[in-house]
Amino acid sequence: MSEKTLPDTGPRARAEAVGGPERTQMQMIVRRFLRHRPAMVSLAVLAVITAFAFLGPHLWAWDHRVHGEIPPSVPPGGDHPLGTTRAGHDVLGQLMRGAQQTLKVALTVSVLSTVVGSLWGAAAGYYGGRTDALMMRVVDVFMIVPLLVMVAAISGTVRGGTTWWAVSLIIAVFSWAQIARVVRGVVLSLREQEFVEAARAAGASPWWIIVRHLLPNAAGPIIVAATLLIAVAILLEAGMSFLGFGIQLPDISLGRMIDDARTAATTRPWLFYPPGVLLVVICLTVNFIGDGLRDALDPRQTMERR
Amino acid sequence: MLVYTVRRLLGAVPVLVLASILTFVLIDVSGDPLADLRLQQPPPDPSVIQLQEERLYLDRSMAERYWLWVTGIGGNGDIGLLQGEFGPSTQSTTYDIGANIAERLGVTLRLVGAAMVLAFGLAVLTGVVSAMRQYSKVDYTLTFIGFLALAMPTFWFAGIMQSAGVGFNELVGTQVFATIGDGTYQAQGQDLWGRITNAFAYMTLPTIVLMLTTFASWSRYQRTSMLEVLNSDYVRLARAKGLPERVVIRRHALRTALIPLTTVTAVGMAAIIDGTVLTERVFQWRGLGEFFIAAVDSNDSYALMAWLMLSGTTVIVANLIADLLYGVLDPRIRYE
Amino acid sequence: MTVTTSAGGAGTDPVRPDDEAVLEVTDLSVDFTSEDGPLRAVRGVSYTLRRGEALGIVGESGSGKSVASMAVMGLLPKNARVSGSAKVLGREVLGLPDSEISKVRGERIAMIFQDPLTSLNPVYTVGYQIAEAVLAHRRVGRARAHERALELLRLVGIPHPEQRVKQYPHELSGGMRQRVVIAIAMANDPDVIVADEPTTALDVTVQAQVLEALNAARRETGAALVLITHDLGVVAGHVDRVAVMYGGRVVESGPVQEVFHSPRMPYTLGLLGSLPRLDGDRATRLTPIRGTPPALNAMPAGCAFAPRCPMARDRCRDEEPALSATDAPGHTAACHYSGELDGVGPADLFGDGTAAAGRERTRATGAPVLTVNDLVKNFPIRSKGLLRRKVGEVQAVSGISLELRERETLALVGESGCGKSTTARMLLRLIERSSGEIVYRGQPLHDLSPRRMRPLRHELQIVFQDPFASLDPRMTVADLVGEPLRIHGERAGRARERAGDLLDLVGLDPAHGSRYPHEFSGGQRQRIGIARALALQPKVLVLDEPVSALDVSVQAGVINLLEDLQEELGLSYLFVSHDLSVVRHIADRVAVMYLGRIVETGPTERLFREPTHPYTQALVSAIPLPDPVRERERERILVTGDVPSPADPPSGCRFRTRCPKFAHGLSEGERTRCVEEPPELLDRGSGHRDACHYSEAVELL
Repeated sequence: MSEKTLPDTGPRARAEAVGGPERTQMQMIVRRFLRHRPAMVSLAVLAVITAFAFLGPHLWAWDHRVHGEIPPSVPPGGDHPLGTTRAGHDVLGQLMRGAQQTLKVALTVSVLSTVVGSLWGAAAGYYGGRTDALMMRVVDVFMIVPLLVMVAAISGTVRGGTTWWAVSLIIAVFSWAQIARVVRGVVLSLREQEFVEAARAAGASPWWIIVRHLLPNAAGPIIVAATLLIAVAILLEAGMSFLGFGIQLPDISLGRMIDDARTAATTRPWLFYPPGVLLVVICLTVNFIGDGLRDALDPRQTMERR
Repeated sequence: MLVYTVRRLLGAVPVLVLASILTFVLIDVSGDPLADLRLQQPPPDPSVIQLQEERLYLDRSMAERYWLWVTGIGGNGDIGLLQGEFGPSTQSTTYDIGANIAERLGVTLRLVGAAMVLAFGLAVLTGVVSAMRQYSKVDYTLTFIGFLALAMPTFWFAGIMQSAGVGFNELVGTQVFATIGDGTYQAQGQDLWGRITNAFAYMTLPTIVLMLTTFASWSRYQRTSMLEVLNSDYVRLARAKGLPERVVIRRHALRTALIPLTTVTAVGMAAIIDGTVLTERVFQWRGLGEFFIAAVDSNDSYALMAWLMLSGTTVIVANLIADLLYGVLDPRIRYE
Repeated sequence: MTVTTSAGGAGTDPVRPDDEAVLEVTDLSVDFTSEDGPLRAVRGVSYTLRRGEALGIVGESGSGKSVASMAVMGLLPKNARVSGSAKVLGREVLGLPDSEISKVRGERIAMIFQDPLTSLNPVYTVGYQIAEAVLAHRRVGRARAHERALELLRLVGIPHPEQRVKQYPHELSGGMRQRVVIAIAMANDPDVIVADEPTTALDVTVQAQVLEALNAARRETGAALVLITHDLGVVAGHVDRVAVMYGGRVVESGPVQEVFHSPRMPYTLGLLGSLPRLDGDRATRLTPIRGTPPALNAMPAGCAFAPRCPMARDRCRDEEPALSATDAPGHTAACHYSGELDGVGPADLFGDGTAAAGRERTRATGAPVLTVNDLVKNFPIRSKGLLRRKVGEVQAVSGISLELRERETLALVGESGCGKSTTARMLLRLIERSSGEIVYRGQPLHDLSPRRMRPLRHELQIVFQDPFASLDPRMTVADLVGEPLRIHGERAGRARERAGDLLDLVGLDPAHGSRYPHEFSGGQRQRIGIARALALQPKVLVLDEPVSALDVSVQAGVINLLEDLQEELGLSYLFVSHDLSVVRHIADRVAVMYLGRIVETGPTERLFREPTHPYTQALVSAIPLPDPVRERERERILVTGDVPSPADPPSGCRFRTRCPKFAHGLSEGERTRCVEEPPELLDRGSGHRDACHYSEAVELL
């Protein structure tokens, strides 16, 4: 019997197999992602911003601190392309440092929350029953507290300087629950799949099933959720800083810069707009990348976030 | 339906209890209400500190304090959630947490209510339009606006709106938009028309800002939900019956696609509370947001906990209402 | 009720076909835009439907049969480009604006869809949805529309319509919902009813009821029918003319007898040959069509069937044959060499040599390998009250005893929800039993710990129904097939080597081991699933509906493979299925299940020739035969209603609520016994046992 490998034309296969033979899962994902133009543009823009934030401070003359030589409240131009503050900061220098701190916080939050959330969600989904019910009640508790308010309350009552990693930790403590919810949902539906049953029929242990089958198949949604969480974390950090509870002076973050320039929007707009625009661009690119990843990895997942 | 309601109600209780423990422990561990007092120069007399500790029940263990905070048994009559007392404040001995919250509740509710209604209406509208014109220019534009809104820090947008308001006022030469304050004071003694114009002037900008915090995700959700329904077999059958497209969309697609949005709206409640704090700070309203910031600034643990319990309860109640509404709207749940 | 009719198809239809064309489709083509370029779903389809006539459109998945009808209704998604012409009563309907086409839909053409569970809007009552269809075209009051809804429900045979009309779709069974959809279709006395796989999602006994309702609808409205299906048996009994579609085109069409008895297109011939038949010779080997249907975005230049056709020549690969007349009147075929097919049987053309020889069935004389005693599975029922207390139990399986012998195929058949899959999974300890014994070669399996069970997994393996869900999409085929070996501690290299051998064994190219499951067709995936099950060299294979998700032309290949493997490797099969035709072909012995119990069991030949339990009789007579003459002349035993809830099974005999014998053939006194005393499974001689107090053999084939 020699059957030619031709794509099936059944209704279920058409969506995935019609592309012709000889293409691996990975190639299809990459191809779908490359085709998502907003995501590709975003990736490029984000790369530039990252370079700006991490390499910029090494190349630029001024850092984010106050310097006696800097004339106060100079509009953009000349020695200070983005102007200076009243106290004597170079805005460009502040912007680089601010973006750097913001990105560091966001990435740390995303990694921490994803690890904790995935394990929590996978365990709840796999074991099911009472364990699941109990674990998800805990998640519910974290879902009902308004994130920003909670992290602000906690970091605000912690006296003394709050560093970027302390801020990350506080945000992560309150944002893993969203990931846990996503992962649990995916694992719950995967658990019922026949391929999991097939592995059980072959004698596979729970550990084998989780590592070999559940996690690889849940990877798509996890990556997407982790990416989108970056944007959430950025906005949270900015909100905290704005309320005065985030990263403390003399260090700076984008949110802090906006807070400092709160009353200057009309009088000294160069202080107010650049950090905001940068913040929006970072979040926008991250969201578009997340969208592209979702289309590529997990076309059926719906848009559900806070 | 009654059983369903009661079951949901009972299910919310453990979540609320857990939330209260979590909140209490975290706030209690993270800060010392008397930190500012202890750091005072010259150092205050130890007896002053001791007196304050006793007043704030800091001389008891955390577990005792939690029990006291919930029940009020063994306290001085100023504490105990179940007795309607929120506890002593660090801000002053006469500062009544409950009365202060009550006073500001109306201001905040006005803003939240207006923003939610507006956000919901706009989200449904744009979501439906986007879904029906999938992959058209309109869809792409709305999608981009949605992404922009999701990426926009509330307070920054508030700042922009504020300066835009100021600019507009200068342009037309009169005060169309008020950019500072909540307008409660200005509304006193006005006739109905005066109250309406006053409310418009003070509320427009903050409402737009707050609306933005949830509008985008609701709109995206409505689009997805609508697309799913539009591709469903029953919408196809409705068309095959010969119903005009308009009727198919309204009666069969929209009616069903709205159901899941109830849940999403409730979940969005928490985000709205976050947004309220930020918006009120920018526009300098004397609402619950300001109360919250003042409480954090003065390490006022009991005020903070009162605030967090209130917001937590609000979110839980919103979820409860959404669940019940779901039951009313979807017969499959109703008869379960 | 025992309805003994000669199948109420078009033959007995009171409405005689006359010459007026109600639907005229000319050169209809549909393209879809997709990621991988245009998909040519329908290519130049033409047909004419006359008043009152019934036309069957037959084809496998992806043949374009559904898309063509949706295009006529204007119901395709926006990325579809439709060209050609479709005239309803002489009026062009393609490209009409919404306001115009909505006046045609429902009024002139009505449509019935495949899945009754999703066809009705969950938030409106059944009555509302029927009345809505009436009000869409008739200026009558709400009250009148409501009356009409009641009347329609009665017409399609729904009991207690006054209650049903107020219920929501989820409160009705699948069969009832499909009858509601039929009621909606007939609401405005349309000229054409298009039924797209109307019974595919339903059980056979319910299928018979729904087809009866469809006939009633036609009698009532005089509508012409377009019946789209993959089931040749349904077509044989219910249409006047048939059109066979392949690769987006009509490749053969003509009067149903003509096409079935002397097909003039190799594909049609192949389809008929790959179909296991209830009335066929069990020893005849099925003749599958090799290969898989062409991809819609990569149609071959010539005849779409040429790559799979044994008689294809150079001309077939270069030049697409037109649909042209054959020697018989009204019979057309799209084959350059249709003349050569006169008197040719499927085996002559598609056989692989072994077919002609037939096969010697090894009679099952071996020792029992797997024995099951009084197996029970209970699922708890929670109360609807506050505490969700356990208030009772659903007996999904209530006391099943089986014996599987060496080298034998034992089939477990029944409709959905009868507990057959649960039983199969309990044997492998994939679901824990509530009570009873499972013994493999003298060793009790039922209370082994998971660790002690592991070595025994070597002996017992399973093949699943869904070839798409049962293979992990993130693993290569070689990894999938080798996985059981890896689980049992084999080295990676050795496992891959074995995987290659196994792929070869099931008829796949071992070189394809590095590919992912999504690159394979349904039939190929099922072969991969079989290869994986064989990796541990088991003695017993549980086959859970292994071919029911496959197209017929592919299904035959898998059935042949299973038969060969059994012969070669000396396997014992427990074959779980709802498809009696397949079971009759492959099984040595059969056990029929109803509501968690075995109601009849015996050697295949005997059980099908003279079934003794009324349920088996109803099942056998509900299976449509792919033979227009015999299908229309058959005696039928119809059962009414739906399967009762297992949570509250009827007392005494569980089948009595639907039993035609109980309803019409028994006296009052005799019935009491059915109500009060559950019948035992008693021997009727030579291993044939049934659980009926008043069993008697009936010959149905």
